[in-house]
Formats: sequence, structure tokens, C-alpha cells
Amino acid sequence: MAQLTCQNLCLGYDGREIIHDLSFQVEAGNYLCILGENGSGKSTLMRTILGLQAPLSGKVLTGDGLLPQEIGYLPQQTLVQRDFPASVWEIVLSGCQNRQGFRPFYSRDEKEQARAMIDKLELTPLMKRCYRELSGGQQQRVLLARALCATRKMLLLDEPVSGLDPKVTQEMYAIIRKLNREEGITILMISHDLHAAVEDATHILHIGHTVFFGTKEEYLKSDAVLAFAPGGADK
Amino acid sequence: MSEFLSKLEYLQFPFVRYALIVGVLIALCSSLLGVPLVLKRFSFIGDGLSHVAFGAMAIAAVLGLTNDMPLILVITIASAILLLRTGQNAKIKGDAAVAMISVGALAIGYLLMNLFNHSSNLSGDVCSTLFGSTSILTLTKGEVWLCLILSVLVVAVFVLFYDKIFAVTFDESFARATGTKAGLYNLLIAIITAVIIVLAMNLVGSLLISALVIFPALSAMRVFKSFRGVVICSAVLSVLCSLVGMLISILAGTPVGSTIVAVDIAAFGVFSLIGFLKGNLK
Ligand SMILES: Nc1ncnc2c1ncn2[C@@H]1O[C@H](COP(=O)(O)OP(=O)(O)OP(=O)(O)O)[C@@H](O)[C@H]1O
Ligand SMILES: [Mg+2]
Repeated sequence: MAQLTCQNLCLGYDGREIIHDLSFQVEAGNYLCILGENGSGKSTLMRTILGLQAPLSGKVLTGDGLLPQEIGYLPQQTLVQRDFPASVWEIVLSGCQNRQGFRPFYSRDEKEQARAMIDKLELTPLMKRCYRELSGGQQQRVLLARALCATRKMLLLDEPVSGLDPKVTQEMYAIIRKLNREEGITILMISHDLHAAVEDATHILHIGHTVFFGTKEEYLKSDAVLAFAPGGADK
Repeated sequence: MSEFLSKLEYLQFPFVRYALIVGVLIALCSSLLGVPLVLKRFSFIGDGLSHVAFGAMAIAAVLGLTNDMPLILVITIASAILLLRTGQNAKIKGDAAVAMISVGALAIGYLLMNLFNHSSNLSGDVCSTLFGSTSILTLTKGEVWLCLILSVLVVAVFVLFYDKIFAVTFDESFARATGTKAGLYNLLIAIITAVIIVLAMNLVGSLLISALVIFPALSAMRVFKSFRGVVICSAVLSVLCSLVGMLISILAGTPVGSTIVAVDIAAFGVFSLIGFLKGNLK
């Protein structure tokens, strides 16, 4: 059975439908890129997959023994209150929460992992700083580090590179690629960056006026690619 | 000076020592819980829940129950769960929901008391829920023990679940999405909040409990920028303020609850100043 199956999903708010009858499957180790216009329901779909909101109808099934505790998530927006006292270190470490179970306190392994993620995303000088005093891009990197700490089998990213400078964007894609290829972690990524999507992804889900699901090769030959980016992915 | 010393001899009296112990314990517990509550925008939950407890007390009086404690606890815990659990997805947001339940319970309770309770001392009953029905200076040994046990429990739960409390307070949807049992931990926070509030309401009154929940957390947040720093500072500050407040009230003969609140306000002023200077000197 596939790691993640969406069956005849209808999504919407207050009875108003945004996505109608969407079905697709994600196998372990896939790299799925989700494309679509603003407001087409990409974030809604991701929150539904994570169980944060209920679909109007249809089902989200997990297989391969995938547990919620093995999923990492980067939300599109995190509404953190302006005056919330939390250091970068505390936030990144809280990504390890899901493997803690009922055990109190973080183990040395978990602390080391959080440390490694902080190094990887070049947050070391900011470690003791207060989250709310960071720039938008720095905050995004903190939340990415937290998501990476939570990930063991699957990583869901909602526009991971928005607000990042070109250098960190490239590094970010490299980190995700490495996770996917070397550690076999399944990636679901929402993105508006068609180039990057086409470069690394194995599968594409396009929602909006035209709905498409298939491998990258199929997508590049289809009409959906024209609908999204006039001129295609020039590749 | 000699007058001061003679007043310190009050400490020989057990009821003064009891008051100090209970005051410090309640200050400690409520300031620990205060940090997540303030951050979840539930500053007024102390006020709200004590009004609920007042409403429950009225119901118990109408039903003619002699031991009203179990009923009050059950109703208050249920309201706390209702308020804290619906949390982020609720149509009515935190502060508004608390205000609604608080005012509603107060009105219904007062109405019930008016309709069914023929005791002449109605305003006295209402007043005692605001300022404490058992004066903190007339505590019995049993009440002190009860307070001690519950406080140890609350502190233990807080320390053991500290990481989880941070996770669900900082970003509940992330915690939920990645498999943390956010609902369960919210429930836990709700229950210990309700227990502390019912306990404290009887001992020190709902005015004081609100102040003890809000002030230390807000003061600590002026100066400290990490969650751990805020929690520790808030606990230490709250204990110190309540000790100082109680000593002043014994020496100067002022009402205990309001004196502690006054000291808390002064501390908030000092911390705001420190925070301001710190920000400007950087
Ligand atoms: N809480 C909500 N209540 C009602 N409608 C909502 C809510 N959140 C989103 N919507 C609507 O659902 C639709 C899809 O929103 P969603 O956030 O999923 O879009 P998206 O594809 O992620 O867009 P973007 O590219 O801008 O991130 C939008 O039309 C939006 O107006
Ligand atoms: Mg979105």
C-alpha cells in the first residue's frame, strides 16, 4: 500500500467547495511537488493531509506504517504572537517533541540533532536570540530547522523558500534533495518555483483550473504546464 | 525598631506561618501556569473560572448540598476544559469566550442566589468570592496540607510536561500535525488550572488569583526573551512578591490580597523599566 493515499477528496470551507474529487497516491521515497495558483487550495490540502482540518468528503489514508510522529511540517504562515518569548534553540528543539512520547526532557541525541540542524541552516550565531526579533527569512530558517528535526519518514513543506535569499534557497533545495535521495524521506512540497520543482521532483500535482497528477515527465508533456507558466518550463 | 521587632513576633503564631506557606505555594503554582495562560491569550481565565466556581456554589446552595466542593470542582474543571480545548479552532476566540463564561456565570449565580437563598448576607457572599471566603489568616492545618499536596502535584506536572507545554503553547498546529497529543496536553493544562483556581479562590479570592496569574508572567516577559527564562523569573518573582506583600500586610495591617497585588504592580513597573533600559542601551 502507498505511504499516503487521498481518495476522492473534496475540500472547502463552510460547505463551499474549493477542490473537487481529488485522488492521488504517494509512495515512500517520492518527491511530490504541488503547484497551483494562489487560492487554489494547496495549503488547505496540506492541512487536510496532516489532519488539521476535516475534508468535506473523501479520505486521507496512510500506509507503510507511517505514524504522525514521523512527519515533519513547515507551515506557510505561523501566527506567533508578537510578544512570545522563545529562543531559536527552544523552537528548533521543540521539533523533536514528537519522538518524546510521554518521556520528560529531551535526550542528548535529540539535542545533538537540533544542534546539527541549527548548524546546517547557519543559525548558530542566532541560537540564543529571541525568535520574534529575527528577520522574516531568519524566522523561516528556524521553522525549517524545526521541521527537519521532526522528520523521519515524510516532510511536508508549504512554500519552504519564500522569503529566503538566493544562496539559502539553493542550500535549502540541496538539503531537501539530499534528504530525499540519501535518506529516502518522502517529500511533499508546495512551490511556485517551477524550475526547482521540475529539477528535483519525481511527481507533480497541479491543482486549480486544470487538475493534473502524474510523474514529472508526464507533466512536462501535458497541457497543465502551459496553464501554469506560459511558455512552459523551458527545459 | 522595637515596634518592628515586636511585630515580627507574629511569626510565632501558627496561623501567620500557615498564611505565609499557603500564599507562597499558590503564588508559585499560579505564576508557573500563568506563563502559558498569558501566552495563549487566557489572562482572564483566573477571573472567569472563579466566577464559574461562584455560579457552581450558587447551584450547590440551591440544591442544598452541604459539601459543595466536589460539585464546584467538577463544574469548574469542565468549563476550563471547554475554554482551553476549543482553543485555536473556536469560532469565539480565547478572551471573548472567557469573558462570556465569566460574566454569564456570575450573573446566573447571583440570580440563583437572589431567587433561592434567603440568607441576609448576600453581598457578603459575593464579596467573599472576590476577596477569599476563608481569610488567609484563618487557615486550618488541613487546608495547609491540602494546598501543599496540590501544589507539589502541580509543580511536578509542570516540570515533567514542560517541553510539551512549550510545544503546544508556541505552535499548537505544528505540534498536532507532527503527532504530539496536543489535545491531551491542553486538557492537562486546563485541569491543573481549574484545580489551582478553585483552591486559591477559597483561600485568597478571585481578585488575587487573577493578579497572581497575570503579573509575574508579564513582568518576566519585559526582561527575558526565552521561554525558560520567563518561566523561572516569573516563579521566583511571584514567590518574592507574595512574601513581601504578606509581610507588609502583617506589619502595616493592610488587607493581604490587595497588598500582594500592589507589590506585584510595583514589580511590573520595575521590570518594565529594566526592559526599556535594556532595549535602549543595546
Ligand atoms: N480559514 C478559512 N476560512 C474560509 N476560507 C478559507 C480559509 N482559508 C482559506 N480559505 C479559502 O480557501 C481557498 C484556498 O486557500 P489556500 O490557503 O489553501 O490557498 P493556497 O493554494 O495555499 O494559496 P497560496 O498560493 O496563496 O498559498 C482560498 O480561496 C481562500 O480564500
Ligand atoms: Mg498556501
